[in-house]
Amino acid sequence: MKVVIMGCGRVGARVASLLDQNGHDVTIIDTNSAAFKRLSPDFSGESIIGTGIDEDVLRAAGIERAHAFVAVTNGDNRNIMAAQVVRTVFHVPQVICRIYDPVREDTYRRLGLSTVCPTTTVSALILDQVISAGDMLHS
Amino acid sequence: MYIIVVGGGKVGYYLTKTLVNEGHEVLLIERDPAKVEVYAERFGSVVLAGDGAEAAVLAAAGAARADVVIAVTGEDEDNLVVCQVAKTKFHVGRTIARVNNPKNEHLFRVLGVDVTVSQTNFILNLIEQAIPERSFIHLLSLRHADLGIIEATVDDDSPVANQTIDEIELPMDCVIAAIARGADVIVPRGSTRIEPGDEVIAITHRAEEDELRRLLVSD
Repeated sequence: MKVVIMGCGRVGARVASLLDQNGHDVTIIDTNSAAFKRLSPDFSGESIIGTGIDEDVLRAAGIERAHAFVAVTNGDNRNIMAAQVVRTVFHVPQVICRIYDPVREDTYRRLGLSTVCPTTTVSALILDQVISAGDMLHS
Repeated sequence: MYIIVVGGGKVGYYLTKTLVNEGHEVLLIERDPAKVEVYAERFGSVVLAGDGAEAAVLAAAGAARADVVIAVTGEDEDNLVVCQVAKTKFHVGRTIARVNNPKNEHLFRVLGVDVTVSQTNFILNLIEQAIPERSFIHLLSLRHADLGIIEATVDDDSPVANQTIDEIELPMDCVIAAIARGADVIVPRGSTRIEPGDEVIAITHRAEEDELRRLLVSD
């Protein structure tokens, strides 16, 4: 499977490295070349400097052949715009977009994007643990 | 009219100033508190600190009753999201986005932004109009109808030189609106003859602009 990932932060680098280890064809995009140091040393995929909201950069990353696109930069709006470009211009079947702001995440999920909101997910996990710890104290 | 401007750079600042002077009710949303403080001193209470892409900020700005939301930050992705949130969450009737990368104009309209403004394209157009030897000039785009207004200078070798309007086989969606000849402006009839040296102003569907160019100017 060909996967294009935008944003080589902790999450982007990890997803890219894991997919690469599993034999997938991975291209990762970041505006800062220093970010590629986060990739695992044996990463065999391609890395491209540029922004994923630019169609030319996406083409250079092989988006036209991609089965999936993952937008995980630090900027919600950048992820949202890139995801929409990839969906409407390049018709990539699987587009996943990280959005930190829960309200924006809700808006764009309703508009049909596949979204991941770390804020709600992590909060829920923490709440679960806090509450189960409290339950144990009371029991 | 109630207008919300997002982005307090140079464009946002002068836009707000002009709109206020024209008597509109305006609110400028800017992220940088230092800028907000300066602007608030100059404009009074028409400046709000916050991220215009956040629904809570737009709600506080009264986006639900805004007639127009204009996003003029320096980042295309921010302008897009501001307009989309204004449209989908607050049902703002008219959203306008500044587009920094001219390639994004088409994309933004596909993604639901009502009007796009590209400074780069504006300046390109102005440069084209200012170059005297160009014989075919795109004057204006009427985007929602996909129409353009063009100006062409007819010379001796133009296919239409010395033909009457009736004789010219114009593309389907084109009309010659005016002819400037010397100091006169002629509104053409079927019997009007086009002479070398005439400046022809035409309205055309964008897809037929090239065909019209071949007809009006010589190679």
